[in-house]
Amino acid sequence: MKLSVQGISFCYRSEDVVSGVSFEAAEGQIVGILGPNGSGKTTLLKCLNRVLSPKEGTVLIEGVDYRQRTRKEIARQIGVVPQSANSNFPFTALDIVMMGRNPELERFEREKESDLQIVSNAMRMTNTSALADRPMDQLSGGERQRVIIARALAQRPKIMLLDEPTLHLDVNHQIEILDLISRLAREERMLVIIVTHDLSLAARYCDRIILMRKGRIVSAGDVTQVLTRENMAKVFSIDAAIYYDERIGTHNVAVIGAIKEGKE
Amino acid sequence: MDAVDVASLQKRKLARWGAITAAMAAGLVLSMLITLNIGAVSMPFDTIIDVLLGGGNKFQRSIIMDTRLPRIILAALVGAALAVAGAAMQGVFRNPMASPYVLGISAGAAFGASLAIVTGISWLSGQLAVPSMAFLFCFLTLLLVYSISRTKGGFVPVETLLLAGIAVGAFFNALVSLMKYFAGEELSAIVFWMMGGLWQARWEDVAISLPMIVLGSAILWLMSRDLNTMMVGEEHALHLGLNVNGVRLIILLAASLVTAAAVAVSGIIGFVGLVVPHVVRLLVGPDHRILIPVSLLGGAIFMVWMDTLARTIILPAELPVGIITALLGAPFFVYLIISRRRKMGWVK
Repeated sequence: MKLSVQGISFCYRSEDVVSGVSFEAAEGQIVGILGPNGSGKTTLLKCLNRVLSPKEGTVLIEGVDYRQRTRKEIARQIGVVPQSANSNFPFTALDIVMMGRNPELERFEREKESDLQIVSNAMRMTNTSALADRPMDQLSGGERQRVIIARALAQRPKIMLLDEPTLHLDVNHQIEILDLISRLAREERMLVIIVTHDLSLAARYCDRIILMRKGRIVSAGDVTQVLTRENMAKVFSIDAAIYYDERIGTHNVAVIGAIKEGKE
Repeated sequence: MDAVDVASLQKRKLARWGAITAAMAAGLVLSMLITLNIGAVSMPFDTIIDVLLGGGNKFQRSIIMDTRLPRIILAALVGAALAVAGAAMQGVFRNPMASPYVLGISAGAAFGASLAIVTGISWLSGQLAVPSMAFLFCFLTLLLVYSISRTKGGFVPVETLLLAGIAVGAFFNALVSLMKYFAGEELSAIVFWMMGGLWQARWEDVAISLPMIVLGSAILWLMSRDLNTMMVGEEHALHLGLNVNGVRLIILLAASLVTAAAVAVSGIIGFVGLVVPHVVRLLVGPDHRILIPVSLLGGAIFMVWMDTLARTIILPAELPVGIITALLGAPFFVYLIISRRRKMGWVK
C-alpha cells in the first residue's frame, strides 16, 4: 500500500488553506501531521480521502488517481476517525461500528455473516466488545473514541486517518488510544496518518512527521530531523528540545518556554 | 476480552423488529375494523365483515363502503404520511423537534394547494392540480427552511430551525390569508379544507394520495441506512463514502411528496409528525430501518382513532381532527421543550 500526495492545494473562499502539499507514505508507518491551530492540518486530512476536493493536485492510492474512484470505493481503502461524534439520538456502540460496513453494502443488502465477523473482530481489537449494546451518549470520551476507531477498522481500510484523536481526552485515555493505534499499525500493516498539535505524543508515537505552517509543509522526515529546536521555534513559537527518553524507550519533547510572537 | 457475539445480538434485534412490526400491523387492521363500527349507526361485527366481502343491504353498504371505509383508509394514509415525513425530517435535520407542521412546510403546501383551488389551474387532470401544487410548494418551503437554518458543517441548531420554521410558516400563512381575502366562491372551499379534516373523504382522495404516500415512504425506507449514518454527523457520513448532498436531496423530495399528499387531501393537521416518531423512537430506538415502518403504522393507528374521535365526539356534528391533534400535540411539544432545555443550553 502506497499513498502518494501530489501538490494538493485547497482554498476556502479565496483564501489558501493548504498550498502545494506533497508527500509519500507506505504501509506499517505512523505519520504525524503536526502544526499549530489554523495550519491547515484538518483540511489536508479531508483532502486525503476527497471529502474535500483539492483545487489543485491529486492523491494516488496504490498508484491510482483517486479522482477515478467513487466516494464509496475510497471509503473501502481509507477509514477516518473524525474529531468528535455527538448525536442527539442514542445509537448503540454496535450500531455505530456496524456502519463501518456500509461502504461494502449495496442499498438493498443486509449485513452478511462475514460482515458481522469483521465487526466483532474490530470490537475485540479496540476492547469495545463489552460496550456493544450501550448507547453512545452514555459512554465516556475515551470509550466513544475507541468505538469510532472500531468503526474505521470495520471498513477494513489499508489507510487510517485520525484527526486529533486525543483531543478532549484525559491523559490516561490519550496514552491508551495511541498505544492501541500504534499496535494496530504494526499488526494490521496499515498506514496510519494522525493529525495533531501535541508535540510530545507525536514524538513518542510517530515514525515520520510532516510539520505544517500556514498551509505549507515546513519540514518532513524522521522525528529527530523534523522536530529540531529551530523548527519548533519557527512553527510553534516555543523553545523546546527533543530527547530520547529511556523510560518510554522512544522520543519525547520538553517544552522549555514560549517565545514571544514577532521575535522569532 | 471475549469477542462479542455480534451475530446473536443481530439476530435478536431482527426478531424484535419483526415482532414489533407484526404487532403494529395487526393493531392497525384491528383498529380499522373496530372504528368501522363506531358512529351514529352501529351494526353487528359479522355484518361488517359480510359487507366488506360484498354482502349486506344497500343501506349498510352505503354507510360502510361509501362513507366510513374510505374515510378510515384516508385517515390511516394521512397519519402514516405525516409520521413518516416527521421521522425522516428529524433524521435529516438531526433534530428531534422537526416535523412538517413545526417547520412551516405544511403551510407551504397549503399555499400551493389553495393557489391551485383559487386560480383553478389544472394540468394533467384537474384532480392532480391540488396535490402537485402542494408538492411543489412543500419542497420549496423545505429547501427554504433548511437553507436558512443550516450552519457550517451541516449542523442545524434547534433554535434557528424553529425560528426559520416560524418565519417561513408565517409568510405562507399570510399568503393563504391574502388569497382567502381575494377569493370569491372558492373561499369556503379553502377555509373548510384548511381546518384540517377528513369529513369529505372520498375514494378519489384515496386514489390520489395512496400512490404518492406509498412511493415516498418506500423511498424513505430504502434510504434508512443512509439516514442513520447522517444522524451521527455529516462529516462521518462523508467519511463512510456517502454522497451526502445527493442523499439529502432525495430524502427531502420524498418527505415533501408524502407531506404534500397528506396536506392535499386533509388540509393542515398538526403535530402528528412530531409526536408519533418520538414515541416510536422511545419504543424501538433510533434506527430508521425500523423507525420508518413502525412510525408509518403508528401514525396510521393514531390518526384512525383521532379521526374517529373527531367524527363522534359531538354527534351528530363533528370536529375538525386538526383541532384534536393540536390539543394533544401542543402540550407534548411543550413537554419536549422543557425536557430538552438543559441539553440545548437554554437553562444553566
